[in-house]
Amino acid sequence: MKMIGIVLGMALVTYIPRVLPAVFMHRIFFPAWFERWLRSIPYAALGALIFPGILLVDKGHPEVGLVGGGIAMMLAYLRLHIIFVMTGAILGVLLMQNLGWVL
Amino acid sequence: MDSEQYPFLSGMKTGLPIALGYLPIAVAFGALAVQSGIQAETTVLMSLLVYAGASQFMAVGMLLSGAGALQIIAATFFLNLRHMIMSMVVSKNLPDSHFGWKALFSFGITDETFALLTFEGAKKGPSPSLPSVAGLLLSAYLAWVFGTVLGCLGSSIIPTRLSDSMVIGLYAMFIGLLIPNIRRSLKTGLIAGISMLFCYGFNTFLDQGWSIVLATIFGAAAGAAFLGERS
Repeated sequence: MKMIGIVLGMALVTYIPRVLPAVFMHRIFFPAWFERWLRSIPYAALGALIFPGILLVDKGHPEVGLVGGGIAMMLAYLRLHIIFVMTGAILGVLLMQNLGWVL
Repeated sequence: MDSEQYPFLSGMKTGLPIALGYLPIAVAFGALAVQSGIQAETTVLMSLLVYAGASQFMAVGMLLSGAGALQIIAATFFLNLRHMIMSMVVSKNLPDSHFGWKALFSFGITDETFALLTFEGAKKGPSPSLPSVAGLLLSAYLAWVFGTVLGCLGSSIIPTRLSDSMVIGLYAMFIGLLIPNIRRSLKTGLIAGISMLFCYGFNTFLDQGWSIVLATIFGAAAGAAFLGERS
């Protein structure tokens, strides 16, 4: 039940910013600073989502998250598609966790 | 295919690159969500109703870190607030249409459909017809939902050993979204870096959920302060 509430809440707060400008477009005016803030949000959100959360991928072993993140950075820097970035990081962490690198 | 004669189908064709791009990511989302303990039905419902990739991955990540409903919904709100600008630009380019159509179309606004609609609109000059826009938006949406279903179904065949290591996939996804932006503009990396520090700081006295929300707000404000005139 709690999950359904989260999904419905997410749906609502995602749809409102989508629909308001489409329906009331001629009445909405954004000051320049507000537009700059809106444009900056995705990068700020990604940063906050990545760190420090990535350190907790394997509780008590922050190096696991760091290595996985490092692999992802390298693969993304090589312009690989995001699905390969994800696969590479997962495989790297899988190896690390199962080959006894983490003691 | 004559785009004059079958504007809806030609719109779907225009949306095909997005659909093909969404499919594997949606599969990954479905698999990750189910592996994280979210029911398959709820996972598909999320893709059906929310339809915003990054925030859906974020919700899974925050749930894993023990965040509450309010924190997840607040973070989703701020992350998806950017669609306001996109929706405004897209609806300006659309021909005059009924209130209901506009309300329906706006649901299909994502980073990718926005980019394609704006780009295609600029290339072709006159505003695209309603059926062609509907086709484009629908093919992207269907790919997202269909991919999620596939991922949910496929997650049962993923061995536990692998699924234990899949949490890093979430972070790899965020990193994979961020790096191409940093390549284009170092400022985006700077904003992300500042936001990381904020998040780390907030996390010393707040839980992770609210730290992400607040770091997003303040990190973006810091970004807006020195971004200046970025396109």
